[in-house]
Amino acid sequence: MTERPRDTASTSPRYDVAVVGAGPAGLAAAVAAAEAGRRVVLVDAGGQPGGQYWRHPDETAPRGDESLGHHDWSTFTALRSRLHGLVRRRRITHLPWRQVWFVERPSVGDEPPAHTLHLTTSYAGADTGGEGPDAVTGDAVILCPGGYDRQLPIPGWDLPGVMAAGGVQALLKGHRTVAGRRAIVAGTGPFLLPVATGLAQAGADVVAVCEAGSITGWSRDPLAAAAVPGKAREALEYATELIRHRIPYRQRTAITAIRGTEAVRSVELSRLDREGRIREDAGTADVDLVALGWGFTPSLELVSATGAATRKDIDDSLVAVVDDEQRATVPGVYVAGEATGVGGAMLAVAEGELAGLMTARDQRAPVSQGNVRTLQKRITRHRRFAAAMHAAHPVPRHWHEWLSPETTVCRCEEVSYRQVCGARDELGAGDARTVKLMARPGMGWCQGRVCGFASAKLAAATEGRALTADDLRPTAKQPFTAPVSLEQLAESPRYE
Amino acid sequence: MSPAHQHDVPDDATAEPERFEVAFDGRPLPATAGQSVGSVLTDAGIRSWRTTRTGHRPRGLFCGIGVCYDCLITVDGEPNQRACLVPARPGMTLSSTVPGNGPFETAGDTDD
Repeated sequence: MTERPRDTASTSPRYDVAVVGAGPAGLAAAVAAAEAGRRVVLVDAGGQPGGQYWRHPDETAPRGDESLGHHDWSTFTALRSRLHGLVRRRRITHLPWRQVWFVERPSVGDEPPAHTLHLTTSYAGADTGGEGPDAVTGDAVILCPGGYDRQLPIPGWDLPGVMAAGGVQALLKGHRTVAGRRAIVAGTGPFLLPVATGLAQAGADVVAVCEAGSITGWSRDPLAAAAVPGKAREALEYATELIRHRIPYRQRTAITAIRGTEAVRSVELSRLDREGRIREDAGTADVDLVALGWGFTPSLELVSATGAATRKDIDDSLVAVVDDEQRATVPGVYVAGEATGVGGAMLAVAEGELAGLMTARDQRAPVSQGNVRTLQKRITRHRRFAAAMHAAHPVPRHWHEWLSPETTVCRCEEVSYRQVCGARDELGAGDARTVKLMARPGMGWCQGRVCGFASAKLAAATEGRALTADDLRPTAKQPFTAPVSLEQLAESPRYE
Repeated sequence: MSPAHQHDVPDDATAEPERFEVAFDGRPLPATAGQSVGSVLTDAGIRSWRTTRTGHRPRGLFCGIGVCYDCLITVDGEPNQRACLVPARPGMTLSSTVPGNGPFETAGDTDD
């Protein structure tokens, strides 16, 4: 551990546990580990705890009731006050506005197998509350990177005024900003509902929620919904709000084209069959805001950077392989929240807490087996609910038939559907990795975070085969997990 | 944030946050403490603030949470900052051009 000459691990501050992400999973993990006696560092890309789910206005500049538009808010405030107490007692070091750009793995035989996380600020000149380290070492690391809206390219989706549903929600919850006056919310999954009702409550005219699936899909496993009664209550609340604001909920309906020149002006709607093929025209709607979401994509870059095993989950997301105590397949690495499988905030909290407890137990601190069992049972219940949700809201299998040759697939590198098809037909690219190398989708600023899923789906669909984990892995595997400056690179550790 | 804004007491929740201006391509825009740059621009009805290199297509907020990098903007001379993340500060200068590289070729950034 000490012989490596340029070893940042020997100079960076060392903690029993390093947690990445201060959303539902990361907050619960950091607090649980610290309360079990571990010295914890909590690294977060955001400026204040909460993650995307509990995004709220700047706590130093309150904008009225901070719980506006939130569920499970008291779970958050309880975790936050425990965090504040632990930070005051110096049990947790909280590093906001930091992104991990490089994960330095332990050397063979290192005991404990400590990882060093190299940090960059989330934006130039970020108010990080003092200098702070540019790397931290954790004897154990708990990765809670969360996720973001999954997207499918559709004609016109690159027009201003078209946004990810989560981005629309972030503007509302974080800034009380309404992203448009006349909106339509479309895609699939229950997350469309809070976005639509949130917009309506903030004064926008929401012309429809277009759900590509059908809620009758839920009847396949009614017990799954019953297993998490809070979710049924939430669904009822949203249904009531949709009715109150006279927002039509159109099932098996999708936006299949978006029109406009400098910004979105209108959308074309289609009724879909069960396989996601266009069955009939369902009219147009004039809007200035389109909110799109097709479930969520977990952030897997950090998991991949540790070398831990990944797999394809039931919703076609790439997720970390973990055991029933949140351990990844690499010693010293634990994963909690959406990165182990998309399942929502309450599941993430349970997994985070379990991961925190397990790091303590694996470092020989006493942990109540009763607590562990209770958390595992809760996780099982929520997983069953998540499975029913994913079954009811699949990505439409024939979505790519909605595309025109000119449709932009990769927004960063401006790669069209025609170019993606050309890589396949003329250059013989048969898998996502080869398509990426030849046509360059996923090679720009976002490194495929936005189009990676779609590119993988296209590669599989056009070959007439099912999506595999290998189609998804190239996007998750990044030499650097966040953009860094050349200065930082020059001072960087050795990397293989 | 000024130290005066740092607090532990919940009744600050009713206090009015500080209001100030930022400049976007020379145009003053109203902002409230805690708002992101992207939120300030959106409140002003501005939907895009750069154009793409190849197709010269207008771009603004898309993912809204720091993932997609569509909303890149120059902040106080520092290029390629994510408007959805950077908090607005009093007197901040926002620009749709990259210093030294000429304009992003902005056209029709506003949609009135």
